[in-house]
Amino acid sequence: MAEAFLRRHTPELFGLATLLVCVLGFEALIRGGVVNRYIIPPPSDILLAFERVIVEENILARCRDTAFEMLVAGGASVLVGVPIGVLLYRSALWRRAMEDWIGALAAAPIVLAFPLFLVLFGRSPKTIIVMGFVHGLAPIILKTVEGLASTRPVLINVGRSLKMTQSQMFWKILLPSAMPIIFTGIRLSWTFVLITIVGIEYLINLGGVGQLINELAERYDLPGTYAGICFVILVSVLFFLALERVESWLQPGR
Amino acid sequence: MSISEKTSLAQEPALVVDDVVKRFGRGTEIVTAVDHVSFTVRQGEFVSVIGPSGCGKSTLFNIIGGLLSDYEGAVKIGEERISAPHPAVGMVFQEESTFPWRTVIDNVAFPLELQGVAKSERMDRAHHFIDMVGLASFEKAFPSQLSGGMKQRVSIARILVSQPKILLMDEPFAALDEQTRLLLGDKITQIQQELNQTTLLITHNLTEAVQLSDRIVVMTYRPGQVKRIVDINLPRPRTSDVVGSDAFGHYVAEIWNDLREEASRGMADSESAASRRATHG
Repeated sequence: MAEAFLRRHTPELFGLATLLVCVLGFEALIRGGVVNRYIIPPPSDILLAFERVIVEENILARCRDTAFEMLVAGGASVLVGVPIGVLLYRSALWRRAMEDWIGALAAAPIVLAFPLFLVLFGRSPKTIIVMGFVHGLAPIILKTVEGLASTRPVLINVGRSLKMTQSQMFWKILLPSAMPIIFTGIRLSWTFVLITIVGIEYLINLGGVGQLINELAERYDLPGTYAGICFVILVSVLFFLALERVESWLQPGR
Repeated sequence: MSISEKTSLAQEPALVVDDVVKRFGRGTEIVTAVDHVSFTVRQGEFVSVIGPSGCGKSTLFNIIGGLLSDYEGAVKIGEERISAPHPAVGMVFQEESTFPWRTVIDNVAFPLELQGVAKSERMDRAHHFIDMVGLASFEKAFPSQLSGGMKQRVSIARILVSQPKILLMDEPFAALDEQTRLLLGDKITQIQQELNQTTLLITHNLTEAVQLSDRIVVMTYRPGQVKRIVDINLPRPRTSDVVGSDAFGHYVAEIWNDLREEASRGMADSESAASRRATHG
C-alpha cells in the first residue's frame, strides 16, 4: 500500500524533496557566511517568523483582504475579458484594429500608472481592484480570440451539417473547444492581477499582504518580510488550485 | 404494400446527383473541380465515389452535404434541391470529429440534444447505436481514451442516432491502418445491412470501395467527371473475407485499369507544379 502511494505521488514527493534540498542548501550557505544574512535571512528564521506574523501582525486577515481583491479583480477580468474576446473574434476589422493595442496593454507596466488611478479612485481598495482588473484583462481577451479562432474546422463543419444555430454553435462547439486556451489566458491574467494587487498594496501602503510586507521591510524585519512573501505565494497557490478544480470540472476528459 | 410496390420503392433513387458542376476562382484563374457529374444512389444501396487526389471528391462531398451551396446542376433528395445541410443527410468527416469534452455517450446523443429529445430517450437511443458500433463498454470514456478507429466509430454512431436517410462518408478510415480499416469495413457493412442504410462513401481506397460497395463511381482526374460506374456483384451479406476471393481481385484489377491513367495524370500534374515552384524559387 505504501509502495502504491509512493508510486502514485512520486512527482509531488519529488517536488517537495527538491524544495527541501533548496531550503537546506540556503540554510547552509547563509549560516556558512557565503550568502549575507542581512540580504536573505536563514530559512529557519523565516519559519520561526511565521508564528509572529500570524499572531502579532494578523497576516491571515491581510491574506483575506488580498484574496478578496484578487477574487473581485480576477473575476471581473474573466467576466469582461471573455465577452470582449468573443466580440473581437466575431469582427475581423475590430480584431485587426485592436489586437496589437491589447498586446501592448498586456506588456505595459501598469503598476507605474498608480498615481493616475489614485486620483481617479482615491486611496482605497477600489484603486487596487481596478488596477488589478485592468492588468488582468489583456491576456484573457487575447487568449479568448486565439482559442475561438483555433477551433478545428471539422468541428464547425459538424455543427453546420447538424444545422446548428449561431447560438448553439457558440455554446456547444466554439466555447468548449476554446476553453483550454481561455484557461491559459486566465492563468496568465491572474498572475498579472496578483502581482499588481500586491505591488499596489505595497506602493500605496494600503490593504492586505502587500502593505504588511512594506511595513515589515520598513522595520527591517527581514524574516517577517520573507514570511509575508511566503503568504503571498500561499494565496497564489490557493487561487491556482481552485482554478485547476474549475478547469477540470468544466473540461472533463482533457 | 405489395411486393412490386416494395421493389419499385427500393429502386427509387434516394439521392440524385444531376449534372453537377463546381468551379473555383475567378477570371483566368478558374478551376473546374467537378464537371457535369451525374449518378444516383438507390434506397438501401451502398455507392462509393473513387478517384485520384484532385478529382473533386471532397468538393462533391461538400456539395451533397450542403456545405457548398454555390454550384450548377442539382443534388436532389426526392424533389428537393440541396443548397444547405439537409436533415436527411448525415455526414461523417475524414478528420477525427468527436468532441473531446464529451463522453462517448454524450457525443453520440449530441444530435438528439439539439433536437430537444428528452434525456432518457436520447440516452436509450445513443446506447443502442453505441452498442451497434461495438463500443458498449466505452460509453463513459472520453475520446482522448480511445484509438483512432474507435473515435471514427463514435462519429458514425453520432450520425446514425439521428437516423438519416443517407449516410455520407468522406474517407472516414483514411487515417487508419489497413487491418483496422478492413475490420471497420466489416462493421460498416454489418450496420448498413442491418439498417438497410443508404450510403455514399467518398474514398481513394480501391479495396475499401470494392469491399463495401454495390456500385462504384469512378472519377477522372481534374476536371472531375464520371469515367465509369461499376456494379459490384459480390454476394451479401459480405465480410472482409471477400478480400481473398477471385471476384474481388477481378474488380480491383478492373477498376485500377480505369484509375491508373487518372492517377498518373494527377501525379504528373503535381510533379510539374512542384518543378515550377522549384524553378521559380
